[in-house]
Amino acid sequence: MNLALAKNETGRALSDSFAVARDRLPGTGKVAEARSAAFDAYDRVGLPHRRIEDWKYTDLRALMREVLPLAPAPDAAALKQAAAAVKLQAIKGARRLVLVDGVFAPKLSELDGLEKGLAIRTLREVLEAGDAALQTQLFTPDTANPMVALNSAMMTDGVVIEIADGVVLKQPLQVIHVATGATPAAMFTRSLLRLGKDAGVTLVESYIAADGAKSYQAHDSLIVSIGDNSRLDHVRLVEDAREAVNISSAVLTLGAHAHFNTFGMTSGAAVSRYQATIAFAGEHSRVETNGVNLLNGRQHADTTLFMDHAVPHCASREVFRAVADDRAHSVFQGRIIVRPDAQKTDAKMMTRALLLSDEAEADNKPELEIFADDVTCGHGATTGALDESLLFYLRARGLSEKEAQALLIQAFVGEAIESIVNDDLRELAIAAAQRWLEARS
Amino acid sequence: MTALLEVKDLKVRVEDNEILHGLTLTVNPGEVHAIMGPNGSGKSTLSHVIAGKPGYEVTDGQILFRGEDLLEMEPDERAAKGVFLAFQYPVEIPGVTTWNFLHTALNAQRKARGESQLSSPEFLKKVRAVAKSLNIPQDMLKRGVNVGFSGGEKKRNEILQMALFEPAVCILDEMDSGLDIDALRVAADGVNALRSPERAMVVITHYQRLLNYIVPDFVHVMSKGRVVKSGGKDLALELEASGYAQFEDAA
Ligand SMILES: Nc1ncnc2c1ncn2[C@@H]1O[C@H](COP(=O)(O)OP(=O)(O)OP(=O)(O)O)[C@@H](O)[C@H]1O
Ligand SMILES: [Mg+2]
Repeated sequence: MNLALAKNETGRALSDSFAVARDRLPGTGKVAEARSAAFDAYDRVGLPHRRIEDWKYTDLRALMREVLPLAPAPDAAALKQAAAAVKLQAIKGARRLVLVDGVFAPKLSELDGLEKGLAIRTLREVLEAGDAALQTQLFTPDTANPMVALNSAMMTDGVVIEIADGVVLKQPLQVIHVATGATPAAMFTRSLLRLGKDAGVTLVESYIAADGAKSYQAHDSLIVSIGDNSRLDHVRLVEDAREAVNISSAVLTLGAHAHFNTFGMTSGAAVSRYQATIAFAGEHSRVETNGVNLLNGRQHADTTLFMDHAVPHCASREVFRAVADDRAHSVFQGRIIVRPDAQKTDAKMMTRALLLSDEAEADNKPELEIFADDVTCGHGATTGALDESLLFYLRARGLSEKEAQALLIQAFVGEAIESIVNDDLRELAIAAAQRWLEARS
Repeated sequence: MTALLEVKDLKVRVEDNEILHGLTLTVNPGEVHAIMGPNGSGKSTLSHVIAGKPGYEVTDGQILFRGEDLLEMEPDERAAKGVFLAFQYPVEIPGVTTWNFLHTALNAQRKARGESQLSSPEFLKKVRAVAKSLNIPQDMLKRGVNVGFSGGEKKRNEILQMALFEPAVCILDEMDSGLDIDALRVAADGVNALRSPERAMVVITHYQRLLNYIVPDFVHVMSKGRVVKSGGKDLALELEASGYAQFEDAA
């Protein structure tokens, strides 16, 4: 009864805020219709709760309680704060694309001298005046997932990147999401990356807070198509404010002979969920996903991956490392489906959790659904504490308890971080891990 | 003169078993002590308690380091003050390079003593020189701490650390086990190079052979958690000839 009441109340509040926000949301006609349909899909369920199987460990009704009103567009002061925050994330040689409070900030972004074959537009532009095919692609994610539906309804801005056939970009593209607002608000972003055939790019996504931004909500989604023979390297770092919420979804499709290497690390946000669907649409493709959670206090972070092997001769590797201290809660759900045609699939998943306190929790839910008979699939999981004999060895050599723990934690997550190919990006991830380690000592 | 290390009537329990039953040992600066004794007599237990390993309960007695109560100090404080244990079984630490470990440890000790931090180049220079003197190949430093090291390499890594940290009292727990004859000589030379009027060594071994290379000032025989006999370097030869049986009754 209470839950029903809660749903109605938050539901109504949100319906109102959708109505209020509507004029600020880009797109008319088909786009507006798609938004309304998505909102209805969301509204039928509301915030997902633990009795929905997929959200068993991440009950957003309890953790998030409500969807905050849409953040105001950033003013000059907000942009200035954002500029300062972005500096800390600077990577040598990357092309920076900055979203401030959910709105693309041209002044903080680098749009000059785009390489031949690279096109970058804002989501707003595309929704207002893009071609129908692009607009349709932007609405592909499945609105059966309430948070995807909500994002489809409310998406305000983002970047739409198209890379032509045969274009291999040397320069990484770095999308930085910055929150600046001191008053609690939500931003809704969606980005699209279309990678042609025989192409390649490195995409970095960072989520950060400017000084003073606290209890905001970042709702993001990413849609990616990787063409035949193309390669995408992807790094995702969630360093949101410690009271913030980050709910992100990704839908990725690979053509034939394609390669997707992704690394994600969550060390920020009070509550976060990253749900990614990776679908093999062409044969002989390969995916490596590596993830790290570094959590303490009462942080809750959920990574939910769905690997869809629909065609033969593809390989996927999932490596996940969770570190949880204090009363933190780490969740990893990895679902692998091998469809009847997907013979010679090679899919493996390995998760390891390191619990630094008795009250910390790590839930791991592997799910393998295999409908083909000639496949190699496997998963493994371990959970444990830091090895006392290693800690003592380090302490006997002069390291304090925290220093010894830090070194062993670095080693524990190191294997996943090592998977990042680009040196500068690996350094960026190491620095983010370092910030988390330093904050706890 | 204050002793460097004084173990007085030490009684130690692990879980419900008393393992050391009142052990006394005094080590002065400049001295080399050898401790010998049958398997299970408590030699490693003594070394662990001196280094501060958790899990041991000291029920009686004390350990003083330069007159200070060592048992009150955290293991890292003991290390920074100059207590070093070369482990009988050094652990493997995958994912932490030897080089990073040594640099972090040395700087942690220096910081605790209020000394300046060594930059990477300064450290590199120092560690290279030490490694070279011990015949340790550079690429061992790039590998994970003791990961995939042979038994002998692990022991050499312990000696390397000892040479690098320059402790005041070095406890070597069976540093000779697993070393071939050449490696033993190199390691012993490394230990001898560190002998000085200010520094003391406690060498735990089963074999008199090591004591040909590291000649002790005193030899103690441990049995069943006590020192049952002490003497000069000749005591080791005597043991080699007649075994421990004669002391079993004394314990
Ligand atoms: N954690 C422990 N739990 C129970 N018993 C222990 C523990 N550690 C040591 N002991 C016991 O204490 C006794 C002394 O062990 P210790 O390792 O100190 O002997 P040692 O003299 O070093 O032997 P060795 O020559 O074989 O190395 C042994 O009987 C051993 O089984
Ligand atoms: Mg022993």
